[in-house]
Amino acid sequence: MSYLEFLSQYGDRIASGTLITIALTALAALLAMAIALAAGLMRMARNVAVRGVATVYIEIFRGTSLLVQLYWIFFVLPLFGITLEKFTAGFVAVGMNLGAYGAELVRGAVQSVPRGQWEAALALNMSPAKRMRRVILPQAVLIMLPSWGNLLIELLKGTALVALISVTDLMFQVKQINGTTFMSAEAFGTALVIYYVLARFMITPFMRWLERFMMRKMGRA
Amino acid sequence: MLDWRWDFTWEILPRLLAATGNTLIAAGLGYAIAVVLGLMLALAQRTPFRPLTIAVRETVEFIRSTPLVLQIFFVFYVGPQFGIRLSPWTAGMIAIGLHYAAYLSEVYRGGLESVPKGQWEAARSLNLSTARTYFRVILPQALPPSLAGMGNYLVGIFKDTPMLSVIGVAELMHTANAIGSETYRFLEPFTLVGLIFLLISLPTAALIRVFEAWTRRKLGLS
Repeated sequence: MSYLEFLSQYGDRIASGTLITIALTALAALLAMAIALAAGLMRMARNVAVRGVATVYIEIFRGTSLLVQLYWIFFVLPLFGITLEKFTAGFVAVGMNLGAYGAELVRGAVQSVPRGQWEAALALNMSPAKRMRRVILPQAVLIMLPSWGNLLIELLKGTALVALISVTDLMFQVKQINGTTFMSAEAFGTALVIYYVLARFMITPFMRWLERFMMRKMGRA
Repeated sequence: MLDWRWDFTWEILPRLLAATGNTLIAAGLGYAIAVVLGLMLALAQRTPFRPLTIAVRETVEFIRSTPLVLQIFFVFYVGPQFGIRLSPWTAGMIAIGLHYAAYLSEVYRGGLESVPKGQWEAARSLNLSTARTYFRVILPQALPPSLAGMGNYLVGIFKDTPMLSVIGVAELMHTANAIGSETYRFLEPFTLVGLIFLLISLPTAALIRVFEAWTRRKLGLS
């Protein structure tokens, strides 16, 4: 079978797998950002309990493997009465894992906003919440955006693991195709190229655009 | 609801600890490959021969932006198609070593670029050969700034070894999976695996921070 025949026969399955991968990436990214923001801000809270919860969360998710977390969420969580459908379990695991890494980015970025900004907001009598929302966070976002670009690529790569709990993403489809055709170079090679294209020609340009957009919005372009 | 069985825990713990040994060996071997290969990839990007520089640069980008599991599958299954049979261990070590070599090459690159240009000029004026300049002048100065990144990836490679279970390397995750499918109990094996990972990676990360601070002090950098 030539490569063209291979593509015409299995193109549909590869395309549907790619769409699932994109959906997983998008959902996991949203979850990761929400968790990163919450855990990152909690990490800097004055209350010891709040800070402790965030620290434990971050250390657990950064200290173990994504694969371990995925299996744990999928196989062990049901024993606690929480059964997640495999697609949900997949993006929740990826989102929670990358959210822990993102939390450290949020903390680093918020702490690197110049002191004068904090003092100015204080002098204007802004409430802590308003100060964070209107003054500190927008500047922190600008600082951490480049790192988020890398993190999103890690996230995309992380979604490949959900194939191991049988979510029918790109990785799963090419594994199945490989199992029936034994055309490993074609199947896995195609998937490698698709992941590369998604990372380099979609995520990276999108993040660049977002950086420029944010800079313009903040009047720094 | 939840029933944690301690007798079962004690029964499987020796098996899991034995597998932990395999995990550590896999991480160590993979890291050794990555440290050496990564340096070669970093140096190859500094040669004056443009096509080589560009080819290596693109390869590193490609490896860094594609999933490690997929690369493990690729290395393991594509060989036999062309008559090269690799054992799960060999294929796994090649894949994980190459993946982390790409990451480490970026760390080295940052370190190499941080060496001031004057060092090169001084070495040139002392008539040192390129090899000698690298080994005696440039690399010793490029490594300390790279240490933090190298340490992070040591912990990283350790945490990525469970992916080797997909091609049947008998490491921790593989063993936990096997126990799960033999006994239909997933709570204890998977939780223990998580705990073992935490117990190794957190102290390692802390040690690396101490070691890094120590080297910086030794070299008079801070």
